[in-house]
Amino acid sequence: MKNNMRKWLAAPYSVWAAGFIIIPLFVILYYAFTTEDTAGLTLANFSYVLTKENLKALGLSLWLSLVSTVICLLLAYPLAMILTSRNVSQTSFIVLIFILPMWMNSLLRTLAWQTLLEKNGVINSILSFLHLPALNIINTSGAIVLGMVYNFLPFMVLPLYNILLKIDKDVINAARDLGANSVQTFFRILLPLSMPGIVSGITMVFIPALTTFVISDLLGGSKILLIGNVIEQEFKQTNNWNAGSALSMILMVFIVLSMFVMNKYDKEGEGTIF
Amino acid sequence: MSNKLINLENITKIFDGVTVLDNLNLYIRENEFLTLLGPSGCGKTTTLRILGGFENPDEGRVLFDGRDITKLPPNKRQLNTVFQKYALFTHMTIAENIAFGLKIKGKSKAYIDDKIKYALKLVNLEGYENRSPALLSGGQQQRIAIARAIVNEPKVLLLDEPLGALDLKLRQDMQYELIRLKNELGITFVYVTHDQEEALTMSDTIVVMNQGYIQQIGTPEDIYNEPQNAFVADFIGDSNIIDGLMLQDRLVEILGAKFPCVDEGFGVRQPVDVVIRPEDIDLVKPEEGTITGRVTHLIFKGVHYEMEVAANGYTWLVHSTDMCPVGEEVGIHVDPFDIQIMNKPESEDEEASVIEE
Repeated sequence: MKNNMRKWLAAPYSVWAAGFIIIPLFVILYYAFTTEDTAGLTLANFSYVLTKENLKALGLSLWLSLVSTVICLLLAYPLAMILTSRNVSQTSFIVLIFILPMWMNSLLRTLAWQTLLEKNGVINSILSFLHLPALNIINTSGAIVLGMVYNFLPFMVLPLYNILLKIDKDVINAARDLGANSVQTFFRILLPLSMPGIVSGITMVFIPALTTFVISDLLGGSKILLIGNVIEQEFKQTNNWNAGSALSMILMVFIVLSMFVMNKYDKEGEGTIF
Repeated sequence: MSNKLINLENITKIFDGVTVLDNLNLYIRENEFLTLLGPSGCGKTTTLRILGGFENPDEGRVLFDGRDITKLPPNKRQLNTVFQKYALFTHMTIAENIAFGLKIKGKSKAYIDDKIKYALKLVNLEGYENRSPALLSGGQQQRIAIARAIVNEPKVLLLDEPLGALDLKLRQDMQYELIRLKNELGITFVYVTHDQEEALTMSDTIVVMNQGYIQQIGTPEDIYNEPQNAFVADFIGDSNIIDGLMLQDRLVEILGAKFPCVDEGFGVRQPVDVVIRPEDIDLVKPEEGTITGRVTHLIFKGVHYEMEVAANGYTWLVHSTDMCPVGEEVGIHVDPFDIQIMNKPESEDEEASVIEE
């Protein structure tokens, strides 16, 4: 009886999932394997999109997402460690500071970076006022990585902070007590124990970074194309939904692959969807 | 007895403006089982953590074998800790947990394997090498935590309420296990607990603490039979603590009646605290008692009956294997050597002050 009630509680989400997740996925699947000209299933879309430029965009996307994720991890881990070692009132304030930018629209924040980094933007105006050479960051890969790190850093900090908070301080003390110095304690105890948080942090940064087209659009100009931009162009400019869907499918395969790899490192299964 | 291994000198520790330890002095002898006993917040765990190196005292020194180790980090100290919540490494197997300290020290694989076997045998968990700590019961986890500590052959083992999370039966079994371990290993145990029964059962020396001060140091018998102040008497076992007036040597007036005792040197007509253990009170016929009263409560406790007797305006707690029904008129008799006389504290400060052994 009670169990039945519980089942019904899941109904609203089931409807949502079917309508807005499952069905659209099948629609993409359908578009990817059909074309407007020919009848029946075909792989024509895939051979059409597997061009050198598209592969380059995919490779660059993977590379820049990886770089951004690593930078986020290196920035967030020490921060999360500091946060967990503080007392509660200080911590919630520092966490708030890091969450605060998330309250603002990410598009606006990225636009702000564009204004800051532009050739005649705020930063270069200040530099030229100081008679320093101008920075040429806008429309480079560096600008895109900066935008990604800036936008996605909180998603790395939070899971790391949560997992480090859960680790009993006496476990760290025990390692020290048994003769480990602080470096040994970090690599043999803290790092392995925080793996679930690292995995979910990486997942939450890497995947949005891989699929973004807004950040690369605004900070990369039209010069640097990421896979997200290519897909966007297929849908909005070329109006070739079939090619766009095929590219989306390819990207999805890479995402599933990356999550599968991450899952191997997450023995407790807390971080990922698998 | 053997020589002093650890000296705590004038240790003061303040957390957020609260003095947790106030000028504490204590020495720990080699091979003794010393228990820090007191209510929560008395400073016993802080004392242990200062010994382990997890806290730095604000003032004072810690001497280990005559060497100042106050500033030494935990990994450089020749002692190991068994933590309250075991603090096992959940991402490692039992064997890897036990091997942790030895691997850090770069011991050979053969030596480590030998030690793991030896330690698991010592704690009666042979064959558990490849299991995960998360799958063990509380008692088993506790034993692994002990095994992990002792393979490093520490000179001193620090134990922070290690039996606190276990149920009563297991706790009693582990008490005997710990005594056996201590005797087999021949090392010093420093044990923290708030459980007076645990302290009385296992210790060579008990240090009773309250509000950051040591109240009394002594053997379990000393602490129980000769409490030095009302706090110790009250904390260790049940007791009747009554205002008294020392009329002269060997005679004290309690609730208007004169009781012969064995204490001397308290002066004449001096107010004192009188401690009488409930099991030391004999209930006799009314005409044979020093004072008479009426039984108001009776509870069967298994080994003995617990009774309350209202006499001369005080409710006496009495433990006896003989039962007196509620309402019965009884006489109260106490043998002179069962009456413990203590000076009244002149102020709260004195009550909490350091008492030299």
